[in-house]
Amino acid sequence: MSCDCSNTPSNQPPQTPPASARRGFMLKFGIGLMGIGGAIASIPLIGYAITPALRKYKNSWVELGGTADFPEGETRLGKFTNPNAAPTDGASAEQAVWVRSYKPAQFQVFAVNCAHLGCPVKWFQQSKLFMCPCHGGVYYEDGSHASGPPPRGLFEYKWKIVNGRLLIDAGRLPGLEQTV
Amino acid sequence: MFRTIKNIGIKMVGGLLGWTESRSGVITFVQPILTHRVPRDAKWWYVFGSASLMFFSIQVVTGILLATMYVPSAAEAYSSLQYIDQQVPFGWMLRALHAWSSNAMILMVVIHMSQVFLHASFKFPRELMWMVGVLLLFCTLALAFTGQIMRWDQDAYWGLGIGAAIVDRVPMLGNQMRNVMLGGPYIGGATLSRFFALHVFVLPGLTIGLIGAHMALILKNGISEMPKPGMVVDPKTYVAQYEERIKKTGVAFMPDAAQRDMVFCGLMLIIVGLLAAYLGPVGPNGIPNPTIIDANPRPDYAFLWIFTAMALMPPQIETAVLLIAPPIVVLALLGLPLISNRGERAPSRRPGAVIAYVLIATALGTLTWLGVVSAWSPVMDAWTSMPTPPQYLVGRTPLEMQGALVLQHSQCRNCHSLGGQGGLRGPNLDNVGSRKSWDQLVRQVQQGGGNMPAYGKNLSSAETTAVVAFMTTLRNSGAPESNIPGAMERQSSPDQAPKAVASEAGK
Repeated sequence: MSCDCSNTPSNQPPQTPPASARRGFMLKFGIGLMGIGGAIASIPLIGYAITPALRKYKNSWVELGGTADFPEGETRLGKFTNPNAAPTDGASAEQAVWVRSYKPAQFQVFAVNCAHLGCPVKWFQQSKLFMCPCHGGVYYEDGSHASGPPPRGLFEYKWKIVNGRLLIDAGRLPGLEQTV
Repeated sequence: MFRTIKNIGIKMVGGLLGWTESRSGVITFVQPILTHRVPRDAKWWYVFGSASLMFFSIQVVTGILLATMYVPSAAEAYSSLQYIDQQVPFGWMLRALHAWSSNAMILMVVIHMSQVFLHASFKFPRELMWMVGVLLLFCTLALAFTGQIMRWDQDAYWGLGIGAAIVDRVPMLGNQMRNVMLGGPYIGGATLSRFFALHVFVLPGLTIGLIGAHMALILKNGISEMPKPGMVVDPKTYVAQYEERIKKTGVAFMPDAAQRDMVFCGLMLIIVGLLAAYLGPVGPNGIPNPTIIDANPRPDYAFLWIFTAMALMPPQIETAVLLIAPPIVVLALLGLPLISNRGERAPSRRPGAVIAYVLIATALGTLTWLGVVSAWSPVMDAWTSMPTPPQYLVGRTPLEMQGALVLQHSQCRNCHSLGGQGGLRGPNLDNVGSRKSWDQLVRQVQQGGGNMPAYGKNLSSAETTAVVAFMTTLRNSGAPESNIPGAMERQSSPDQAPKAVASEAGK
């Protein structure tokens, strides 16, 4: 024997308005709590991710060697350890610059990074040119643009001499937007 | 006796299967996927998507195994790779498989995409499948780029430098974006770590998710049929007609289509396995020490066309192109099925699409080939490693001999070839004496021009005279000196080789 039981309200638990209102509130409350919790939790996540954009990385004066290591009329490779280096950097903490001494105690310190797209330029003493192996940028001995795609001359570091030692102001990878 | 054991065995397996099915519903879930109907004419053109998926699976497996040994630290990555190559049993083969299967995956994805484009399978109702596919293409390329960084060699280091220099060109925010990309103000340990996180967590996760969506869309919309001229896609009627045809003439994916996938994938797997065993792992190349400036950085094949574009673009438009072109390409690829989602699918009825495809493919292929040759790059060691061809010295005067020395020593051959050896950036000098007069040569050497640096301040006038004297002897056999006015001046010079000898020796 069958009956259309669904139509008899007495068999159903009473659907009281307060219950459904409570359920609606609970859902909104839950979404709200999740939202607040998520916002709080995401502060460190976003902060961590964009730290490199917000932090002001400072340059420091680092030593390249004695001025006698860079004789007049020559351009030599100078090496230093990045002052911003982290313990896990390994060999990538080592950095190089081209040091040109054109007068006694007068220097030009160039980034090895080509002003085009950052490849390492190489100095040729005989032709007095810097050449880039990537896209063929060429620079004169004073760092000015000679030929090829670079939009400017080589990036130059600030330098000073302290007690006969040559120091440069270094710390970041040079780029068009923010140079050395 | 045997028969009873067999029957018991069958019962046990059957029981196990039944139990698993009753608890999980796995067969009910998988069966419609395996037996979904595909068009009867979906034959060999349709295997490339499956092959892409297979190579991705190989990347996941070999990648997980490599992650058990690889150390993602700038201080140790390089030595851990050498350890895997040289000490760990099968380590080199694992790296070789990972590298060559990556190349194969890119190739399969590109062929798959070409087929879908040429057959216009992206039209209604498969627009979203195409878009997800485009995202998968970008994931594949991003995996390839970040994977190249994992090698942490000179190519990786300077490749990051190039990436950083490109990002740096974004106006206003360039430097900040670059620092986020590098994890600091320079390329170091933080850079490798974040590219590692991208390569092994973010991008594979994204790719797996997108593959899932791609497959779900296959089941929802079905595989497209081979295009026939005159069979137009009309969104109003397409779905009903497609389902009608599939019901009538379609075949089950398993085994009718799957068997072809398996044959092709098996073949590809064997080829890539043999290739990996024969060619070995890719890199690591030079030690990533930025003070070793004798680097000659080159990107992997998939990115050579970008490398070429950077060399050949006029510098004035470079930044604009770098910043504007990528969003346009992305939007064009994603928007393609929205612009054109109806009408003919057959390539013979879509000449514009075919021409566009041929143009793009030719351009990318040519740029890649030019990147392999990279004629614009000076050959940095040409001046020390490629001797002056002896026949160019026969019968020369002392001054001309001196000029040959100057030419060799001043790195001229880094950009100019002599006897087929040397750089390709400038014209070869084998018969420069027939092309240019004495005056023109002096002017070219001293003032440069046409993308040649000016040597005026770098060579003494004696050196210039010598090198020009040598170059005027470089002529085709029997050819007269350049007959352009000014050539006469050479004869007034006191130090001259006998003419006949000089021109004979030219070849």
